[in-house]
Amino acid sequence: MSAFFAIIRRDLLLVFRRKSEVLTILFFFIIVTSLFPLGIGADSGLLRKIAPGIIWVAALLATILGLSRLFISDYADGTLEQMTLSPTPLVLLVGGKITAHWIVCGLPLVLLAPVIGIQFDLNSETLGTLILALLLGTPILSLIGAIGAALTLGVRGGGVLLSLLVLPLYIPVLIFGAGAVFASSVGLDVSGHFSLLAALLVLSLAFAPWATAASIRIAIE
Amino acid sequence: MYSSPRNRLMNWFSFSSPATFYPLAGKLIPLFWVLATLLGVAGLWISFFVAPADAVQGQGYRIIFVHVPASWMSMFIYMVMAAWAAIGLIFNTRLSAMMAQALAPTGALMAFLSLWTGAFWGKPMWGAWWVWDARLTSELILLFLFLGFIALQASIDDVRRADKAGAILALVGIVNVPIIYFSVKWWNTLHQGSSVSMTKAPAMAHTMLWGMLLMALCFWMYSIAIALMRVRVIILERESHSDWVKNLKALQS
Amino acid sequence: MLFTGIGFQLKAGEWLHVRGENGVGKTSLLRLLAGLSKPPEGSVDWSGISIEADPTSYRRELFFLGHRDALKDDLTALENVLIASALDGSAVSQDQALSALCRFGLRGRELLPVSCLSAGQKRRVILARLLLRKATLWILDEPFNALDSRAVELLSSLIAEHLASGGMAVLTSHQAIPLPNAKVLSL
Repeated sequence: MSAFFAIIRRDLLLVFRRKSEVLTILFFFIIVTSLFPLGIGADSGLLRKIAPGIIWVAALLATILGLSRLFISDYADGTLEQMTLSPTPLVLLVGGKITAHWIVCGLPLVLLAPVIGIQFDLNSETLGTLILALLLGTPILSLIGAIGAALTLGVRGGGVLLSLLVLPLYIPVLIFGAGAVFASSVGLDVSGHFSLLAALLVLSLAFAPWATAASIRIAIE
Repeated sequence: MYSSPRNRLMNWFSFSSPATFYPLAGKLIPLFWVLATLLGVAGLWISFFVAPADAVQGQGYRIIFVHVPASWMSMFIYMVMAAWAAIGLIFNTRLSAMMAQALAPTGALMAFLSLWTGAFWGKPMWGAWWVWDARLTSELILLFLFLGFIALQASIDDVRRADKAGAILALVGIVNVPIIYFSVKWWNTLHQGSSVSMTKAPAMAHTMLWGMLLMALCFWMYSIAIALMRVRVIILERESHSDWVKNLKALQS
Repeated sequence: MLFTGIGFQLKAGEWLHVRGENGVGKTSLLRLLAGLSKPPEGSVDWSGISIEADPTSYRRELFFLGHRDALKDDLTALENVLIASALDGSAVSQDQALSALCRFGLRGRELLPVSCLSAGQKRRVILARLLLRKATLWILDEPFNALDSRAVELLSSLIAEHLASGGMAVLTSHQAIPLPNAKVLSL
């Protein structure tokens, strides 16, 4: 278990020494959400309606942008190989890396989203739903995305291929997550959406680390 | 590796080697083409001449006889492909992985055919080439899953790694397909209501079901024939360094 | 297919020198022994049990070093050593880490980011890891590369100590290695 926290510490330490990578992802999130009003028009009624979808799609894209860095530097300098040879179960170390990735890429999105929600004129109750939905949803995105990142390690066309593989798998999270926010904005019940999101989270926690570890071993072979 | 004629029937495992499977596949391919043609002729005949015109949708609905079987086949092929890939991953057999690789393009074709015929059905019915119906949208996502599998295998140079990575992707996909279908259906009922739905197909007359069944079987036979042809090419490519392939080429030239 | 028909046994205190031209498969063989890849036929056994049957115990006793340094450039030498041991589940104290780094001539450089170290110095950090890890079997691929003569001496004496206390090693090297009890495998 201490190895789990050790690797989270390590990854956070590494990010701290190179802050630029994280900030670009956040800027991407902000810029993408700002593009839509510019492309569609400033009709605040329309924007309020499409805001849940836009924010969620931007969150998906920003997460994918950050996924390619999940394993690639460890793969390149040989530390990933050492992890596969460690007596500590690889699943535990992978889980730690995914957790660190979420802290660095997912949590900031959760914190930034309400600011963007205000730009789209969402009311405070909807903003609360948005934060909660992203809080449940972004870990799922990191977990499922990690499988894609491991499968495409060191492969030609990695980043784009990663998007092609992972985006279809993100669709259920998008549907329930954006659906929850939309429902909240029109005053409907959100418990169904949240139960489904929670179920997806449990499912991905159960399967994704194993699939990721298996994919890493295949890539290291 | 060689078994006497007496116990060849019992020795199915000998065919798990690419070298012995290659000639077997070669013999089976014409059989499946014949079956596909017969079933296709019968199916099309029933679809176009025997099944009655629909009270509401007239003659145009007949595209359903291609659309629905294609949808069924695309799902079926994905499951079979994932099963072969899983066997290849667990038992480390090369031929199973080759079968999965051979099936993927046909599965993608079936998904595309389903979408394309869906558009041709939708246009006269609802005036739009595309509707965000639950089944069509799920079919679109299934097409992406097939394309992702093909793209992943094409991008990895090392053949064994490509096999195993593809297998993991296919298995992750298999778990996701019901989830994706459920979520899309849910999304559809939430946002669209019951205005447009391809699941509300015309009430099935007996002959209509027969038409779809025959067409589905035709597509199945076709898929097997094409997959066997493709797997033979894959076998030749992968085993090109081995003696039996070199002998084969020597005989042919 | 690189090689067939290879078999050998290694006992405590013995070491195996894998020799051969470049490209003949030395690295592939070592990776097979470490369990990174599986042989199409045959098996690697540790204490009579296949390493696939109980990979965790095998990995506890194994230290593998490939061509890459397995160091994070953005971390200091000390951090690299401490974190690597924590990840392996056998954390060492800061004092132990510092004295290991000191033994390999890195005193005064422990707190520099590894990117500031020379290739030879980076390899010495790995030697410190090797010392602290206390594994029984060392599989080292070209460990003497990029080492100056002083470091070569340090590594040789380290391996000799290890063998004397009942450890085992599998090495590849272009150089002659002055260690007793050698078994040779020529590919």
